[in-house]
Amino acid sequence: MSDASQASADGGESRPLAYLRRDARRVLGSAAFVVGFCIVLFWVGCALFGRALVPYDPFADDMLNALAPPDAEHWFGTDQLGRDVFSRVIAGARDILTVAPLATIMSTVLGTALGLAMGYFGGLVDEILSRLVDAVLALPTVVVALLALTALGTSTVTVLVVIGFTFAPIIARTVRASVLAERGLDYVAAAELRRESRLYILFVEILPNVTGPILVEATVRLGYAIFTVATLSFIGFGIQPPSPDWGLSISSNYGLIGGGYWWTVLFDSLAIASLVIGVNLMADGIQSTLDD
Amino acid sequence: MLPGNVGRAMLGPFADQRAVDILNHEMGTDRPLLVQYGDWISRFAVGDLGKSYAYRAPVAPFLLTAIENSAKLALVAFLLVVPLGIFGGVIAALYRGQPADRTISVVGLSATIVPEFVSGIVLILVFGVWLRWFPISAAFPADAGILTQVYYLLLPSFPLVLILFGYIARMARAGMIEALDADYTRTAILKGLPQRVVIVRHVLRNALLPTISVIATQTVYLIGGLVVIEILFHYQGIGSLIYTAGTKKDFPMLQAGVMTIGVLFTLATLFADLLYASLNPRIRFGERE
Repeated sequence: MSDASQASADGGESRPLAYLRRDARRVLGSAAFVVGFCIVLFWVGCALFGRALVPYDPFADDMLNALAPPDAEHWFGTDQLGRDVFSRVIAGARDILTVAPLATIMSTVLGTALGLAMGYFGGLVDEILSRLVDAVLALPTVVVALLALTALGTSTVTVLVVIGFTFAPIIARTVRASVLAERGLDYVAAAELRRESRLYILFVEILPNVTGPILVEATVRLGYAIFTVATLSFIGFGIQPPSPDWGLSISSNYGLIGGGYWWTVLFDSLAIASLVIGVNLMADGIQSTLDD
Repeated sequence: MLPGNVGRAMLGPFADQRAVDILNHEMGTDRPLLVQYGDWISRFAVGDLGKSYAYRAPVAPFLLTAIENSAKLALVAFLLVVPLGIFGGVIAALYRGQPADRTISVVGLSATIVPEFVSGIVLILVFGVWLRWFPISAAFPADAGILTQVYYLLLPSFPLVLILFGYIARMARAGMIEALDADYTRTAILKGLPQRVVIVRHVLRNALLPTISVIATQTVYLIGGLVVIEILFHYQGIGSLIYTAGTKKDFPMLQAGVMTIGVLFTLATLFADLLYASLNPRIRFGERE
């Protein structure tokens, strides 16, 4: 508080910006957030520049050299087509880091709009939307996705839409709860007395005051979106060949696991695990900052 | 009832349009969607689940076997995770803010977010391939006794345990902390009861109520996890049933499987509410006053 008033007093800086700077400083002071952020940053770097930097072409077959164990030449060994596993793991970050964040943005926008409407209007609107939310939450996302992708055919757009729609209700519930806490406050009553339009009150007055919980929820959902995309790719309904995607690589190689070809699946597994844990640590860091 | 052209989906993109039309007519999938849905839901209600396209046989027997198998796997996972999760949550609450608490929280949260097939792969590698403690397939021999079955199901249940541990531990911790801070606990301590008695008789009883409802609602995630685990460990359960139905475009099987999952989830939620009410005197007696 004193931080903010000081900043606006001596710098002429606007108050929201000062708050933002204060929150950012606090979040960066959280060890969990910094560790998570570094992991995620590494994989985002791989997604952007990986294909240019890797030692081998991630798509190039080399049948004479198939299933070679890790050595100095191929750090992570080669898969059953002789492709370099290290190059594929690095390059494999791209597709999942495109689909999962897009799905998260979609569900966050949709969920926020729904939650604002439910929390502000209450009554019948809230009742109907709440029942819809319950209905969507009654089936696991993987099952909904399996159903939709079987009926509509496998495509990245369908994956996006399914995750967007099944995650939106969860975000809507969080936003609704935060809006309920806000709508009784004086600034909302003041805006209503000024005869501001409902859209103005929802998006200009209330929304900026509930961005904290939305940010936390979106980060948590990003983790689950990665979880879901990886899982769908593993069962063959997500990202399609010949992408070096991690879930897909595990799917096509895990049959060899009994033969001891561990390097074809272990590094992809660790990549997925590190990415989701990184995102989760970031969410944890933001959450504990907002709680203080 | 699913959108999309069923006949086209079954015969593939290169099939003759006339063949697609004939197949759609035979299966009744050329009728309006609402008619099809009414037909299907009224039969579902009386227990007629229709015939599988892929096996050319009634769906129900396949479904029953699959549910039985999945129930076994889920039971093993639950029997492991419920005591473990509650124990973890209780320890975390008793050592609140200390390293033990922080470790349980971070490990629990991280395990919750790692996909089942990822932890499954690592577990198979470590315990199945390198240490050779467990078989890497869950498909136990047909004449296996109960202990052998449990032995085969242990490794597949571990990834599910990892997913659920964090949730249960977190709820148990929150419940414990609330109960520890409550006035009745202070009274119990001040009247000189030993710590063990205070915790078991006063704190745990109150703390575990919310945990019970969380455990029941987790069944829906458990079923989602079963799809993946059953594929990974070659196990014939409800998850692999809908997966196979999906890949084979076996729509009656898929619909019946998904509908069953929905019904199971609703029943689990209802059961959780009833259990919660019967364990909580505040709700049990509240209505009658």
